[in-house]
Amino acid sequence: MESPALSIPEAPSLVPPALRGILPLVIAIPTLALFHWSLTGSDFATYLLSVVGVNIILAVSLNIVNGMTGQFSIGHAGFMAVGAYIAGYTSLQLKEVALSFLPVAASDQVLFLLALLAGGAAAAACGFLVGLPSLRLRGDYLAIVTLGFGEIIRVFVQNTDAFGRALGLSGIPQYSSPGMVFFWVFLVVLAARRLAGSSHGRSLWAIREDEVAAEAMGVDTTGYKVRAFVFSSFFAGIAGGLFAHFVPIINPGSFTFVRSMEIVVMVVLGGLGSTTGAFVAAIFLTLLPEGMRSLFGALGTEGSLAQRVDQIRMPIYGLLLVVLMLSRPQGLFGTKEIWDVLPRWLPRKRRGLA
Amino acid sequence: MAQLLQHLINGLAAGTIYALVALGYTMVYGVLKLINFAHGDVMMVGVYMGYATAFAIGREARGSFLGIAAVFAVAMLGCALFGFLIERFAYRPLREKPRLTALITAIGISFALSYGFQLDIGFLPGASPRAFPEIIEPKEWLIIGDRDVVVWNWQVISFLIAVGLMVALQYLVFGTRFGRAMRAVSWDHRVAALMGIPTDRVIALTFMLSSGLAAGAGLLYAIKDTSVSPLMGLYVGLKAFVAAVIGGIGHVPGAVVGALVLGLVEEFVVGYAASTWRDAVAFGFLILVLLVKPGGLFGRVAAEKV
Repeated sequence: MESPALSIPEAPSLVPPALRGILPLVIAIPTLALFHWSLTGSDFATYLLSVVGVNIILAVSLNIVNGMTGQFSIGHAGFMAVGAYIAGYTSLQLKEVALSFLPVAASDQVLFLLALLAGGAAAAACGFLVGLPSLRLRGDYLAIVTLGFGEIIRVFVQNTDAFGRALGLSGIPQYSSPGMVFFWVFLVVLAARRLAGSSHGRSLWAIREDEVAAEAMGVDTTGYKVRAFVFSSFFAGIAGGLFAHFVPIINPGSFTFVRSMEIVVMVVLGGLGSTTGAFVAAIFLTLLPEGMRSLFGALGTEGSLAQRVDQIRMPIYGLLLVVLMLSRPQGLFGTKEIWDVLPRWLPRKRRGLA
Repeated sequence: MAQLLQHLINGLAAGTIYALVALGYTMVYGVLKLINFAHGDVMMVGVYMGYATAFAIGREARGSFLGIAAVFAVAMLGCALFGFLIERFAYRPLREKPRLTALITAIGISFALSYGFQLDIGFLPGASPRAFPEIIEPKEWLIIGDRDVVVWNWQVISFLIAVGLMVALQYLVFGTRFGRAMRAVSWDHRVAALMGIPTDRVIALTFMLSSGLAAGAGLLYAIKDTSVSPLMGLYVGLKAFVAAVIGGIGHVPGAVVGALVLGLVEEFVVGYAASTWRDAVAFGFLILVLLVKPGGLFGRVAAEKV
C-alpha cells in the first residue's frame, strides 16, 4: 500500500517495566468511575454518550479487519444485530432472576455482563462461520458475503417469533450506562493497540501489505485473517449488546446495510489501520448529524431541513468514500496514530520500527 | 406436476434476467479483476432512464414496437454513457492503486446512487417505488390445462430479448477483433498493452457494454415486477453477483448457467418452502458454494502470481 512506515509503538520509557502491563487499567478504572458518577446530565446527553461509545467500539473493532488486515467487511451491523438480539433475549429471559448473594444493582450488572458475553460469543461464532469460507479467497469476496450475511440475519429475525419478527424486542431491562459503555470502549481500544504491536498483529500487517509475500514468509494467512475477523465480530456483538440495553426497542431496522456503511465510513475516514483515527472519526461522525440537526433547528428557516439530515447524509457518505479514495486513499491518519501527527512541540511518543 | 412446470417457467424467466446482469459483473471482473459493486445501481439508473422515456413518448406510442425499442435504446445507450463516465472518472485514476481502493470506490458509488436516488430534490425520484408503465401489455401466451400452467407474453419476450443479447455477446467476445482484444486484456493487461492493444479503450468499452446490458436487464426486471425503486439495483445486483460467482466469476457461459440455477433455486424455495425467505436464499447459496467449490462451477481458484 504505502511505504511500510507502520507505527509499531514502543512502550514509553518513563514507566517502569513492572507497571506497563497494568498501567492502562490503573489509570482507566478510576477515571471511568469518576466519569460514571459525575454524569448527571440530561437523558439525551446520556443517550448520546452511549451511542458515541457504541460507535467507537464498532469502528475500532472493524478497523482490525478492514484496516490492519486489509480485508473489507461491510456487514458489521449484522454481527452487531446478532449480539444485540442474543444479549437482549438473554436479559429478557433472566429478567426475574436475581443473584441472592449480591445487592440488586450488582446482581443486575453481573447478569448484564453474562448477557453481553453471550451476545459477543454468538457474534464471534457467526464471524467464524462467515469468515472461514470467504477469507480463504481474495479480499473482495468478504465484502459480498458479509453484506449477504447482514441480509440473512434480517430475514432470519423477521421470521422468528422469539425475536419478535419485524416488531422487534422491547422491554429489555435498561442495564447499560455510559460508564459501562466506555469501559468496553477502553477494552476494545486497549485490545486493538496491544494487538497492533504484538507478533500476531505484525502478521496481520504483513497480510495487509502483501498477502503472497506474507504466505511465502510462513504466515498462515487464512488462520490469521479468520482469527482477526472473529475477534472483530466479538466486539461488534458486545456493541450490539450494549446498544440493546439502553434503547427502548431493537428491531431489524436498527441493523441495516446503512448502519454497516456508517461504520465503514468511520474507519475509512479515520484511516485504514489507525485505531485512534477510527476513534476520532466515530465521535465526529456521530456528533455531526446531531450538530447539524440542532443547527438547522436553531436557524428555524427550514424546519424540514433538520428532519432530512439523516436522509441527506447517506449519499454524502457514499460520495465521501469516492472522494477520499481519489484524493487521500489512506484516510485522515493513514496507519499513524494520533500521537504521531501531533505538532512537534508536544511530547511525542517515540516511534520504533521493528 | 403442473405446479412444477409453472415454477420451472417462472424460474427460467427470472434466471435469464439475472444472467444479463451477471454477465456485466463477469466481464468487468474479467478485464479489471474488480467486483463492480455499483453495477446493480448503474442498472437502476438505466431503468429510471427507461421510465422517463416511457412517459415522455406518451401512452399511445408506448405499446407499439417502436415505442418499446425507443425505451430500450434510450435506457441502454444512456446507461452505457453513464458506465463510461464512472469508469473514466472514478476507476481509471485508481487502476494502478491497490485493489482495495477501487473496491471502496465502487461501494461508495453504489451507496451514493442508491441513496441519492431516494432524495426528492430536483430530478431525483424519491424513496417510494413507482409503478413501471406497462410497455408490454400482459397477455397469456400459452395456457396448459385448466390454467394449471400459464406462460405470459412478457416472459416469452424477455426470454427472447435476453437470449438474443447473450448470443450477440457471445459473438462479440469470441468472434470479433474487439472480443479478442478484450480476452487479451483479461489474460494480462500489461502484456496486452505491449502488444499494441489500446487497453484503456477496451476497458472503457467493456464497461459501456456491461452497463448497457444491465439497463436492458433492468427494464425486463421492471416489466416483470411492474415497479421501479431506488433500491432495486442493490438487490438485483447482489443476486446477479451471486449468480456470477456460482458460475465461476470471469467465465462468460458460467455466469449464464449460474444465473439460471439461482433463478430456479429461488423460485422453488419461494414456491415450496417460504416466500419470506426469498432474499436470504441467494446469500445462503453463495456461502454454500464458497464452502464447497470456491471457484464456482466452471472457474477454478488460480494461485495469485507475483
